[in-house]
Amino acid sequence: MSSLLSSSIGKKLLMGLSGLFLMMFLLVHLAVNSLLLVPDGGDTFNAAAHFMATNPAIRIMEPLLGVGFLVHIVWGIVLTIQNRKARGNSRYASGNKTTGVTWASKNMLVLGLTILAFLVLHMAHFWVKMKVTGDPLLDHTIVSIAGVDTEVENAYRLVNATFSYLWIMIVYVVAGIGLALHLSHGFWSSLQSIGFSNELWRTRLNTVGQYYAWIVGLGFSLIALLQYFFYQG
Amino acid sequence: MENNINIKLKVWRQQDARDKGRFETFKLDNISTDSSFLEMMDILNEQLVNEGKEPIAFDHDCREGICGMCSMYINGRPHGPDDDITTCQLHMRKFKDGETITIEPWRSAGFPVIKDLIVDRTAFDKIIAAGGYVSVNTGGVPDANALPISKDAGDEAMDAASCIGCGACVAACKNGSAMLFVSAKVSQLSLLPQGKVEAARRAKNMVARMDELGFGNCTNTGACEVECPKGISLANISRLNREYLTAKIKD
Repeated sequence: MSSLLSSSIGKKLLMGLSGLFLMMFLLVHLAVNSLLLVPDGGDTFNAAAHFMATNPAIRIMEPLLGVGFLVHIVWGIVLTIQNRKARGNSRYASGNKTTGVTWASKNMLVLGLTILAFLVLHMAHFWVKMKVTGDPLLDHTIVSIAGVDTEVENAYRLVNATFSYLWIMIVYVVAGIGLALHLSHGFWSSLQSIGFSNELWRTRLNTVGQYYAWIVGLGFSLIALLQYFFYQG
Repeated sequence: MENNINIKLKVWRQQDARDKGRFETFKLDNISTDSSFLEMMDILNEQLVNEGKEPIAFDHDCREGICGMCSMYINGRPHGPDDDITTCQLHMRKFKDGETITIEPWRSAGFPVIKDLIVDRTAFDKIIAAGGYVSVNTGGVPDANALPISKDAGDEAMDAASCIGCGACVAACKNGSAMLFVSAKVSQLSLLPQGKVEAARRAKNMVARMDELGFGNCTNTGACEVECPKGISLANISRLNREYLTAKIKD
């Protein structure tokens, strides 16, 4: 097993599997975020956030998600360093005029690091406040869950207040586009790396991957944008 | 119709593996657009020999696109500005009058330069020696219908077998990865019943050798497939991933 994971294909397997896992997380995240757009003062979103924070399945997944991120980031950097070494020190003076190779596929590390930088900011905005330090904006509110009045943290107010700053909104929109580009190569690439592709499936996966990438990426951007323009005050 | 062009050549010169190397420029007049790229190189070398200078060293052999010897990185692309051809199949009609053509060797840590435009591609032979073969027990000729091979598998195996091992995939890859070559050499055998017996061992040994020789990790950009003179498909890389992973997991 150790020789599998130290081989080039084994390392790519880890990149692919962790990538697929993170892509599933993004879908769940986007689904919950979309409730931010329900115009009921955030009650639906707060109920969903309460469910996510208390559900045992989600609580088990949380540390796993951290591991997923860590594996994907660390292996991504290790692989890129190895690849630069394999490429050698001399560059082509006449450049690279190969056509038909997507920009995103050649810049996955740059895009990944952009997402990582955003992730640090994003964690400071929400995760730290919700899980560690707390925040006066999170003061409890009562929402009716399945007819039962329940006291929950007012996560909506924190999100809403965060998106009232123009610079934060812009950072989130840009990060969403970066994420979309990363995923536009990552979706197909992860499945190719684990061996799930052939001539026919490549076209299918690429098409599905483009839809997935831009719906998820622009979805996050759009929510931040709408929150800034239409959900304040 | 203009049939002759005047060109400028910017060619990589390097005495040996230890030399730092540099570009030298040459002027070449009245080159017929009907001549092949290698014929143009021959004319240049003839000119150099007549001037008492050392000719440019470059790899070439069959000059009909099947041996995989020619290996030049021309104007930003392996095998030059045309699709699905080797350098020897490139013609001067692809270039304009007065154009400067830049010619470099393959550049990759796995392919060190030997001299001028020639690189050492024995790494590919070492990968083949690690498992790219079938150990045949010669017996009587088997009945054709005793070895059923589907049309699809046969076609795909033949497509993979068209790889000539020129190394353009490595030269084009930003990661210096040899995955397209190795995957073609694994696929051409693993798709056929004769190759199935040693399939697991072959995939493991060839990939291990490839890693050992310092080739990079595939990131699926697809540059190799675009520049491959034989149009070897990325689907082979997925097949190699599959073969290798199942072989390793079975251990």
